[in-house]
Amino acid sequence: MNTEVNLAGIKMKNPVTVASGTFGYGREFDEFIDLNKLGGIITKGTSLKPRPGNKPPRVCETTAGMLNSIGLQNPGVEYFMEKDLPWLRQFDTKVIVNACGSSIEEYVELAKVLNTLDIDGVELNLSCPNVKAGCMAFGTSYEGVKEVTSKVRKVLDKPLIVKLTPNVTDIVEPARGAEDAGADGVSLINTLLGMSIDIEKRRPVLANNMGGLSGPAVKPVAVRMVYQVAKALKIPVLGLGGIVNGNDVIEFMLAGATAVSIGTGNFIEPEVSIKAIEGVEEYLKRHNIEDINSIIGQVQMN
Amino acid sequence: MPIHAKCKLVKKEKLREDIFKFSVESTEIAKTAKAGQFLEIRVTDEIEPLLRRPISIYNIEGNLVEFIFQVKGKGTEILKEREIGEYIDILGPLGRGTFDYKNKKNIAIIGGGIGVFPLYELAKEAKENSKVNIYLGFRNKELVLLEDEFRKVSDKLVITTDDGSYKEKGFAIDFLKQDAENEKIDGIYACGPLPMLKAVQSFAKEKNIPCQISLEERMGCGIGVCLGCAVKVNAGEELVYTHVCKAGPVFDANVVEI
Ligand SMILES: Cc1cc2nc3c(=O)[nH]c(=O)nc-3n(C[C@H](O)[C@H](O)[C@H](O)COP(=O)(O)OP(=O)(O)OC[C@H]3O[C@@H](n4cnc5c(N)ncnc54)[C@H](O)[C@@H]3O)c2cc1C
Ligand SMILES: Cc1cc2nc3c(=O)[nH]c(=O)nc-3n(C[C@H](O)[C@H](O)[C@H](O)COP(=O)(O)O)c2cc1C
Ligand code: FES
Repeated sequence: MNTEVNLAGIKMKNPVTVASGTFGYGREFDEFIDLNKLGGIITKGTSLKPRPGNKPPRVCETTAGMLNSIGLQNPGVEYFMEKDLPWLRQFDTKVIVNACGSSIEEYVELAKVLNTLDIDGVELNLSCPNVKAGCMAFGTSYEGVKEVTSKVRKVLDKPLIVKLTPNVTDIVEPARGAEDAGADGVSLINTLLGMSIDIEKRRPVLANNMGGLSGPAVKPVAVRMVYQVAKALKIPVLGLGGIVNGNDVIEFMLAGATAVSIGTGNFIEPEVSIKAIEGVEEYLKRHNIEDINSIIGQVQMN
Repeated sequence: MPIHAKCKLVKKEKLREDIFKFSVESTEIAKTAKAGQFLEIRVTDEIEPLLRRPISIYNIEGNLVEFIFQVKGKGTEILKEREIGEYIDILGPLGRGTFDYKNKKNIAIIGGGIGVFPLYELAKEAKENSKVNIYLGFRNKELVLLEDEFRKVSDKLVITTDDGSYKEKGFAIDFLKQDAENEKIDGIYACGPLPMLKAVQSFAKEKNIPCQISLEERMGCGIGVCLGCAVKVNAGEELVYTHVCKAGPVFDANVVEI
């Protein structure tokens, strides 16, 4: 049975990665699971310079999901390359860095640094709803995505995956912008902008008022968008949003994803990614499927 | 090191209409847990409610880990229905910031309302080598909790109620202040509502007494990866965000901004 997939030039032993911002740089999970079993690890959103993040409360639970407004708190790329990357590299898994910036220049400078590192790929975050400048501002239009992506493409030789925001009318447009700019793949979805109100205080629960919705609640939206984008684009899709088990992984792959990420699920069950890989293998066995690649995009529409 | 395990519920006690004490079996957690640490509890195997609930460790006894919780919303509502013999999904013990009472001879422990729970294990451990004064404040007589338990692990116990309906009238901090005038106190440990923590923090600063406070913040993961449970701390010149679940939940009162 083959579970190996090739995502945008990144050959992974299985299609399951862990999503940016939900796995730190991996250390905390080393206590619970064997990181060598993962297809890949996508790091916390990392910027050129450290970012302090937003005021708390930064998270709040919602029905079958949660809102977050972390604000991309991270120690900056230099810290990452000195402290976390060497540690991560001891594991037999792909390391993909989630990159964020607040201006095109910053994205480009960061990409130049990342290009020199021993990493397997870059996930360009054009989709964080929680910071004022940059990120989602570029991610919502064909032109915006194309402009940032093509400038980054010029300085980055490594596999480049552009992470898209679902907070748009037509998800295919920004996805095309990434493809036309030379991205090797796209990942979707980042969180859906949401809000939760404390009815006793008559105030939003999050200090930032609004935040990004993730978890099982968003899964149908994510599956739909992955289907639309995979159908329209030639480059592969990394699908995510609400995955908590092997069946969810299969669902995303049938919709057209070449690989997937698990985010919020890691908070519920630290072993969720490993269990999902086992679940995928069970499904393949049960259906006598030799090669996992044969199910990608195989949903039969009504 | 934290573990993830299903722990058998072996004892369940109703302390008040809305407050429950659970004793679960876990040799691993019992062996490694430190006073001040907490557990992340998954109240159901279902997807809803989604997140784990952070609950402090109240007491460690042999291979038993005990915690006390107040029923607040849907998660604790489900938790309270769990029956003896069932297994509870627990991640823990969590938090690297724990109570440091070693080398202290005369300590003062101050708690308010449901913030008193994490202070019991501390008092019990500290009592072996130190003189332990405990000051617990509650709003009124009906809300007073664990008086006998705390008496056993203290040299002096002061219970206050805001309205004077039981024991001393007033705020616990005022009684601590009085005693500090007459006795030597070389460590203060606090957990409770924010106004109380602020008062304790400024008193300790003013008197230059080492002080640790236990904080709460809304959590996503409980293990330091989501960066949700942010709290501001002094790092040299500047204030930076660190995280309650990992750097805390117990902090040096001099470095946190609350
Ligand atoms: C480190 C730490 C230790 C704690 N120790 C105890 C304890 O020993 N005993 C006890 O009774 N309570 C304790 N709490 C508070 C307890 O976590 C909340 O009361 C509980 O999560 C409420 O869950 P719920 O489903 O009943 O309420 P809901 O209102 O339905 O919860 C909704 C969401 O908000 C979160 N939330 C609600 N109130 C709080 C709060 N005060 N702090 C953090 N998150 C909150 C929940 O975890 C959940 O994600 C502690 C909190 C923290 C952070
Ligand atoms: C607490 C938290 C932090 C996140 N941080 C990032 C981030 O730094 N960069 C990024 O591209 N996405 C970030 N995300 C989005 C996730 O990677 C993912 O796209 C989204 O949560 C949907 O997947 P899920 O439902 O499996 O969580 C974050 C999500 C959460 C919940
Ligand atoms: S709750 Fe996730 S970092 Fe503290």
